[in-house]
Amino acid sequence: MSTEARKPPPQIALKIRRILGGKAGWNGVAVQFAFAAILGWIGYEIVSNARTNLENQHIAAGFGFLRNNAGFDVNQTLIPYTGSDTFLRVFVVGLLNTLVVSVVGIFFATLIGFIVALCRLSPNWLLSRVGEIYVEIIRNLPLLFQILFWYLAVLAALPNPRQSISLLGIAFLSNRGLVIPSLIGGNGLEPFLAVLALGIVAALALRFYARRALFQQGQVIRIWPYVLGLLVGLPLATMLVAGLPFTFELPQLKGFNFAGGSRIIPEFVALTLALSTYTAAFIAEIVRAGILSVHKGQMEAGSSLGLSRGNTLRLIVVPQAMRVIVPPLTNQYLNLTKNSSLAVAIGYPDLVSVFAGTSLSQTGQAIEIIAMTMGIYLLISLLTSAIMSVYGWRVSRSLGA
Amino acid sequence: MSDIASSSFVRQDLLTERPAPVKTTGFVGLMRTRLFNSPTNILLTILGALLLWFTIVPSVKFLMVDAVWSGKDRAACLTENAGFAVGACWPYIQAKLPQLIYGFYPEAERWRVNLTFILAVVLLVPLLVPRLPAKGLNASLFFVAFPVVAFFLLHGGGIKGFGLSWTAGLLELFDDSIIGAGQALLGLSKTSAVGPLLWVVGNFVVLVGAAIHWLILPLTLLRDQLQGVGLSVWADFAVTAVIVSLIAFWLGGGSRTGWRALASSIVAFVAIAAVIKLMGLDTGGLPVVTTNLWGGLLVTLVVSVTGIVTSLPIGIALALGRRSTIPLIRIFSIAFIEFWRGVPLITVLFFATYMLPLFLPGNFTVDGLVRALIGIALFTGAYQAENVRGGLAAIQRGQGEAAAALGLSWWKTTSLIVLPQALRHVIPNLVNSFISLFKDTSLVSIVALFDLLGSLRASFSDPKWSTPSTAFTGFAFAGIIYFIFCFGMSRYSLFVEHRLNAHRRN
Repeated sequence: MSTEARKPPPQIALKIRRILGGKAGWNGVAVQFAFAAILGWIGYEIVSNARTNLENQHIAAGFGFLRNNAGFDVNQTLIPYTGSDTFLRVFVVGLLNTLVVSVVGIFFATLIGFIVALCRLSPNWLLSRVGEIYVEIIRNLPLLFQILFWYLAVLAALPNPRQSISLLGIAFLSNRGLVIPSLIGGNGLEPFLAVLALGIVAALALRFYARRALFQQGQVIRIWPYVLGLLVGLPLATMLVAGLPFTFELPQLKGFNFAGGSRIIPEFVALTLALSTYTAAFIAEIVRAGILSVHKGQMEAGSSLGLSRGNTLRLIVVPQAMRVIVPPLTNQYLNLTKNSSLAVAIGYPDLVSVFAGTSLSQTGQAIEIIAMTMGIYLLISLLTSAIMSVYGWRVSRSLGA
Repeated sequence: MSDIASSSFVRQDLLTERPAPVKTTGFVGLMRTRLFNSPTNILLTILGALLLWFTIVPSVKFLMVDAVWSGKDRAACLTENAGFAVGACWPYIQAKLPQLIYGFYPEAERWRVNLTFILAVVLLVPLLVPRLPAKGLNASLFFVAFPVVAFFLLHGGGIKGFGLSWTAGLLELFDDSIIGAGQALLGLSKTSAVGPLLWVVGNFVVLVGAAIHWLILPLTLLRDQLQGVGLSVWADFAVTAVIVSLIAFWLGGGSRTGWRALASSIVAFVAIAAVIKLMGLDTGGLPVVTTNLWGGLLVTLVVSVTGIVTSLPIGIALALGRRSTIPLIRIFSIAFIEFWRGVPLITVLFFATYMLPLFLPGNFTVDGLVRALIGIALFTGAYQAENVRGGLAAIQRGQGEAAAALGLSWWKTTSLIVLPQALRHVIPNLVNSFISLFKDTSLVSIVALFDLLGSLRASFSDPKWSTPSTAFTGFAFAGIIYFIFCFGMSRYSLFVEHRLNAHRRN
């Protein structure tokens, strides 16, 4: 004979109280009402003040201004843009410029960051000191200071285009910016791109197949010769058949400036340099901490299993370090994207500079413009944090399994 | 049995230690083990040495060897006049030093800035040395009394009333706004579809406003009486002191345990009276220096100290709100924190500069510096909230449960048990946030405030000092200042961290 535990009474009133007021019960409900009243009061004050102030300044609220002509030029645009385009297009141009400088900055920051981290972890005493000095100096100076330093001191001190510094005769650095060869698509471009895409897809499929074979049958398949063939050999063969995909146009000095090639404006150079070196110092510390967080025994266990040093690093140490590295690394990428808004200080036409700066001073639509600018950055960071929480969930699941 | 000691084959004492082989210690050992132990390492060492050679030697040459140390204007720093490739132009820094430190603060009044700096150092240093006593008093002096005194020292001006008139004025403003909102709702109810509902709510709000009006009537009447008599500041001060002291006495436990609270309240008011008398605040105070004359390091320090002082309470409140179980408060805190953490500081400063004035009543103008300060306080507050939350999460549940078992209320549990431990945990993180805040203050130069970096940039455009090396000299000088502050703070944070983790070391 078994006695079953009696069910607890439903306690509906208690549950409602808990939902409405948390642990504090009815007191919590009262606090919420007071809080809501204060918020409502502040909101009412803001709205009524804003309405009177806008009426006094004769500004029409709303997003109608986005269809008006901007009437100013932007010195770096990725999409066609003229002064007679609308403010909405200015917004897109600025956003694209922000994204470009962020992506380029992230690439170089990761590169420099990993190099500096390897320097700091190196058994060589001198090299690790050099890495440490780099990190300490860069991290203890404000980013705006560094941007202005590159822009006002270093780039301004460069010679004019006639005496520009030649980088291997193909790129030229002067106080007017960096001139690099430009790519011009040839008639072989379309087949080349198609074959390249095909190669990438095939290589990914091959990797998937090899990994499945490894995990399910314990079979090690060497795929890198095939991948190399798919990614390099196949496009090369297409090039021979269909002709060159690109031709390079080299910049030539003509008169006082360069003709041909594409010019990267000095603001972009300064901003990318400052952003990537600054963020690299933080990335270096993150990578170092991540690699040091893997216990020494893991390396020893790997070598006792007979794996080579490279294989131990690749298969055992790095995957475990990545788990620690990736979340703060993403955070740094996000920081870099947000910090690219400092472009406004040197006049690089990013979102804040052309939209929250020039457009705001021309239209006076402060509320709409700043709300849009903040909204975009907020959207980017919320998306990133959503992706990161999915990643964190997957990592914790794989650890639990 | 023979005595062992008498045997000549047994040593009486230990041999002296031989020194370690010279090859494994000191500089030679370092070279052998960490610099030149393998071909790769030799290559890396050469690489590192080359890197250092090409950075340190030119820097030292620029800053010291090739520098010009004296002169009156740019002529001294030109290569043709000096006769050699000129490095740093230090006379330029000498000429611009007042501008870099004080901005356009009037020369006759600069002693006030110096006095404020001295006061800050005198209060801050004992706060940072863990061995010194009276941390609570010291902290309240630095975080509460110092900002007020510094404001009247730097800005000047006096006060018209004291606590009573301020409270009465604020409550009146609040009440007027509530009645205004109620009447706006009543006005809407005539046209809206949900008219009757709005009418009811509007009447209720107006009723609440009227009730508040009658509630605060004694306060406003007393205020008007006090404004009438001469020495209104002192009369107001006396009334405020009596009321606050009595409240402190009552809250402290009345005649049973309240004497201590009463004594400290009286001491505090005597001190406030002394400060008011000393600075002549009742008779107009020091001459006013408007904030658009402030600049240089002064603005940098004012912005960072104000940011530090204001962001911490905001951060603590938000962190507690985020952990609260009351739904609305938790949701609000999360939204607030995530919003400010998701946007760049520069857009926050744009928000504070262009959008905030629109949200305030038209007759109410806010100083440019104050607007930037509000933006920075909100922004940093959100970051501090996450730091504090980390500390709160580190406190075991048992602490709160034990406090509840002892019968402490939520407020007492939080302020006496949980927060002190949580804050102690996160001091290094808080200091790290302060470092980034200090660096971020340079952004105010974008919204037309002349901090150290802004003043530096402004000084570049002076034709009297425009030479090829001016920019590099200026950046070297400002860089050294920023580096000293940030590096000092980061070392301090490491020191505190080591001290906090002393029990974990082995």
